[in-house]
Amino acid sequence: MKAIVNVYLKEGVLDPQGKAVHHALGSLGFNGVNDVRIGKQIVVDLDAEDVAAAEEEVKKMCETLLANTVIEDYNIEIVQ
Amino acid sequence: MNVTVLQFPGTNCEYDTRYAFERLAQKVTIVWHEETVIPANTDLVVVPGGFSYGDYLRSGAIARFSPVMQAVRSYADNGGYVLGICNGFQILLESHLLPGAMKRNENLHFVSKHHWLKVENNDNRFLRRCEVGEKLHIPIAHAEGNYFIEKEVLKELWDNGQVLLTYCDEAGNPANPNGSVDAIAGICNKQKNVFGLMPHPERAMETILGSEDGVKMLEGFLI
Repeated sequence: MKAIVNVYLKEGVLDPQGKAVHHALGSLGFNGVNDVRIGKQIVVDLDAEDVAAAEEEVKKMCETLLANTVIEDYNIEIVQ
Repeated sequence: MNVTVLQFPGTNCEYDTRYAFERLAQKVTIVWHEETVIPANTDLVVVPGGFSYGDYLRSGAIARFSPVMQAVRSYADNGGYVLGICNGFQILLESHLLPGAMKRNENLHFVSKHHWLKVENNDNRFLRRCEVGEKLHIPIAHAEGNYFIEKEVLKELWDNGQVLLTYCDEAGNPANPNGSVDAIAGICNKQKNVFGLMPHPERAMETILGSEDGVKMLEGFLI
């Protein structure tokens, strides 16, 4: 089973990289962009009984290591 | 005084830190991250700067789980003095021994230069030899020194005297090289035994190398 974890800076926490890319897109003429957020994707290949068990396990990974919940949010998608 | 300096894969300031404390005539032991105990007679643990574990995932995120960090946690819980410099500060944040977190610098640059700091509080072991409002000239060298903490907790930090150092210019006016909230450069925990700062006092030990303002900072720990 594979878990796709996306980690982003929380809403309201200024994202310096996102801001720079937003600015660059504007310079290139992409004027309709409201906001850009940059995050990271972590793909975890794991053994688990079922989707629920995998999700629970990966959630623990996120809380302890994969995300710093002081500044980051995460979401988990399990793919077979 | 016995100073224990930690060493992780990727640490690169452990020898500068040893040099700095030896210059102050202190005994220094470098301890590898796989050790599970801190030497028994340790008076100060320093988590030095560098790029522990290549800064993978987040600065300090992996070093936090090193065996030696479990020992540092119980050492700190028992009131032992701990100082984290640069990457060491990031490790202490990731370990939740200090509050808040680091983000990429606002301008996304690796900033490496001497910078002025203002002493905000000296009611602690670390900065007791400095005056409140005093300016210190100390090198900074980091890409992730953009300190963040939620508003409510930020107020607590100020109220408890946990904000120790802020960035300023030569005249003492606010100057912020990395986007940190309230231009914070260094803090301590509520119990005032765990300290963290992004600037490198161990690189400011002699005038010929630009500044010796680091001496009076590190001297604070001397018994």
